Amino acid sequence: MSATLISKVPAGALPDKWDNYKADARLVNPNNKRKFKIIVVGTGLAGASAAATLAELGYQVDAFTFHDSPRRAHSIAAQGGINAAKNYRGDGDSINRLFIDTIKGGDFRSRESNVHRLAQVSVDIIDQMVAQGVPFAREYGGMLENRSFGGAQVSRTFYARGQTGQQLLLGAYQQLSRQIGLGGVRLFNRTELVDVVVIDGRCSGIVVRDLLTGEITSHAAHAVVIATGGYGNVYFLSTNAMNCNVTAAWRAHRRGAMFANPCFTQIHPTCIPQSDESQSKLTLMSESLRNDGRIWVPKNPDDSRPAEQIPENERDYYLERLYPSYGNLAPRDISSRAAKRLVDKGHGVGPLKNGVNLDFSAAIARLGRRTVEERYGNLFQMYERIAGEDPYSTPMRIYPATHYTMGGLWVDYELGTTVPGLYAAGEANFSDHGANRLGASALMQGLADGYFVLPYTISNYLAPLLNKPVPSTDHPAFAQVETEARQRFKSYLGVQGTRSPDWFHRQLGKIIWDYCGMERTQQGLEKALAELPALYGEFKKDLRVTGTGESVNQTLEKAGRVDDFFQLGMLMCRDALDRQESCGAHFRSEYQTEDGEAMRDDQNFCHVSAYNWTGDPMAAELNKEPLVYETAHLASRSYK
Amino acid sequence: MTQLKDLTLKVWRQSGADNPGYFETHKVETVSDEASFLEMLDQLNERLIGEGKEAIVFDHDCREGICGTCSLMINGRAHGPQRATTTCQLHMRTFNSGDEIVIEPWRAAAFPIIKDLMVDRSSFDRIVEAGGFITAPTGGAPDANLILVPKPVADAAMDSAACIGCGACVAACPNGAANLFTGAKIAHLNVLPQGQSERYKRAEAMVMAMDDQFGSCTNHGECSAACPKEISLDVIATMNSDFRKSKSKNRKALSRS
Repeated sequence: MSATLISKVPAGALPDKWDNYKADARLVNPNNKRKFKIIVVGTGLAGASAAATLAELGYQVDAFTFHDSPRRAHSIAAQGGINAAKNYRGDGDSINRLFIDTIKGGDFRSRESNVHRLAQVSVDIIDQMVAQGVPFAREYGGMLENRSFGGAQVSRTFYARGQTGQQLLLGAYQQLSRQIGLGGVRLFNRTELVDVVVIDGRCSGIVVRDLLTGEITSHAAHAVVIATGGYGNVYFLSTNAMNCNVTAAWRAHRRGAMFANPCFTQIHPTCIPQSDESQSKLTLMSESLRNDGRIWVPKNPDDSRPAEQIPENERDYYLERLYPSYGNLAPRDISSRAAKRLVDKGHGVGPLKNGVNLDFSAAIARLGRRTVEERYGNLFQMYERIAGEDPYSTPMRIYPATHYTMGGLWVDYELGTTVPGLYAAGEANFSDHGANRLGASALMQGLADGYFVLPYTISNYLAPLLNKPVPSTDHPAFAQVETEARQRFKSYLGVQGTRSPDWFHRQLGKIIWDYCGMERTQQGLEKALAELPALYGEFKKDLRVTGTGESVNQTLEKAGRVDDFFQLGMLMCRDALDRQESCGAHFRSEYQTEDGEAMRDDQNFCHVSAYNWTGDPMAAELNKEPLVYETAHLASRSYK
Repeated sequence: MTQLKDLTLKVWRQSGADNPGYFETHKVETVSDEASFLEMLDQLNERLIGEGKEAIVFDHDCREGICGTCSLMINGRAHGPQRATTTCQLHMRTFNSGDEIVIEPWRAAAFPIIKDLMVDRSSFDRIVEAGGFITAPTGGAPDANLILVPKPVADAAMDSAACIGCGACVAACPNGAANLFTGAKIAHLNVLPQGQSERYKRAEAMVMAMDDQFGSCTNHGECSAACPKEISLDVIATMNSDFRKSKSKNRKALSRS
């Protein structure tokens, strides 16, 4: 066990830990805050909320995004909602209930203290976002409306139609824009992080590439926050936006930040199935649809009748049958595996028999078309645009797809990585969701980290550094990292092989999906670990990037991202092979109960796996952070 | 699934803002009708890279119609022929075999071309920075249910807040005006109780920032017709009304003479 994984969990009973931490944390006097410079990379929910809040407090903040505007970050695509333990319904919710649901949802592979803090601050998030004018759904009397999400028996999800992520992101973006206008934040758009600089053991800045000119420059700061999202695009096809990538987190990892639980990747049960080989991405249909939609397949695999002509007794509502107490709102990992099994058995629907039905006919009959339209109108419209079918008259066809990554940079209680001064927030860190994230919890975590955690923990780090100047970018460490980065981008252009970065990305994605996707086996993972280095070798020898490095070159940008995905892919498979148990979204076929449920091994695997970069992605050094459950009881996770 | 055949694409190429642009013609022999418009361009780009040529640069990201990154004038229409649809959600089934498709970048003085089909829309960010927010620093907010927002008000705010900031309204406008974009943000924040304290200050500041950068509105209504989120022209009326009032209310509130 490595001595470097110090989780810094404060003393005291679980509900008191965060208060105890805040009471003991060192502060920076308001007049001194302006002496500190903080870099925030990424301007999604976590990054924008952190940058805005830190600037409001008085710190100098430089924010970086590779998008043209902070408002484009992929947080914007979150549809269904955001959880908070407000108990506005009076249906038995509480901070403790949200904490337990999240721990159980994560299949007991997350850190109790972090999750409890998340549940505590969840209530403040809703207050903050309402004050900023986020138009959450309301009752006629003016109070906030709620709905349910998977893995919960209470209605604690706040939403803005099917565009909750958009509205929350715009709220955070507007708050950030205010600070940009006031001069508190300097925004660097269309600028991508290409490396992290560590001087004397402290993170001292970053090296970035201007995507318009290809220019590589250095930026120094007292602390750096990585809030650059997850790595789901390693699968090529996912619900992530086209440009989502692992580069910032991966480059931080290569400079000493440990990478935790890389194999914990979430497959979302309700996405539009792939329609042909040329498809570039998959589209999510919000989990909220499972509040009113019923999932079924024909009992007879050869049934070729249109869905509406199949009588009730010839349909298998398999989630309601297998998990009666949660029914169609069973958690994501469980719902996904159930769909995969039925499709594998030939019960799939649609022209490629690669989906299951999500049927709204009962809801339309019960509530009327108008209510259904009000709740899900934009989702139905989106489905119609993509699939070319009208979900009001025929069921949607859905199938699981990669959606979210629970793994990420290892962080302690303060969201600090293993490099002092380098923080990770939102999906980029591994912290709160264990082996499976519950629906509507990603928005909650991103905003919790940015608004209510980092501003406290960063001041605790900065206070002792008072009057130490911002490290100079003239330091040879910056020059060295810049040179390496220039070399790297030059080398992609120099290969002059025959295959595009996208071609390699597709091949890589297929290996990861086939062997490190919804179901994993020792044999498959070993095969992947044999194939990946060979393909990576080919990438280095046969890549073709056209154009130059001196103006916009999306092919070149992609080459750098695919390079990092290759290295991450190897670590993912290695981690999946090493974790000889099934837990949450990590399902190893060898470890399942008689009725096909995940079988955890708490004796040997009740820990976080955190990897240290050694220079060879196939030979990362494994460190373990044991997980101790003092409040939640380790129990097998049943939704029956 | 069927295949479309023999498409002719006329694509705008331009190596930089200061260099002259031109149309480049490409034949697409076959493409699936299930492919999205951008997937069709992806395939063309793969072919170009295969031929050792530089790929066509275009902005895109979520491909779900929500991030607002994609653009393109397709046969002279912002986001193409389908109503209430972004380019990334436009599918090839909307076209026919043998079609000629002209693809251009957004055309507006306030959106200078960066390269090929990619333009700079940061002028929109400047408008938001001027006043498109509610001042509510982190930490001091009261309990969310203390601010009652009647459902019709929340719904109206949401209708305007649905804007994705893509710029189609500006590209479609013969004057290159940004009134629909600016009006949408003003209408979102100015109908909410939380937005009242800064209502007139916001309207004035945002309109000034808009007028500095964009053309003037002459009520053509092309913006709303091109809007992928079908933002109503009403938001412009709300903006104009609040801007007009701001001239007297702000003077009073700020004791200006």
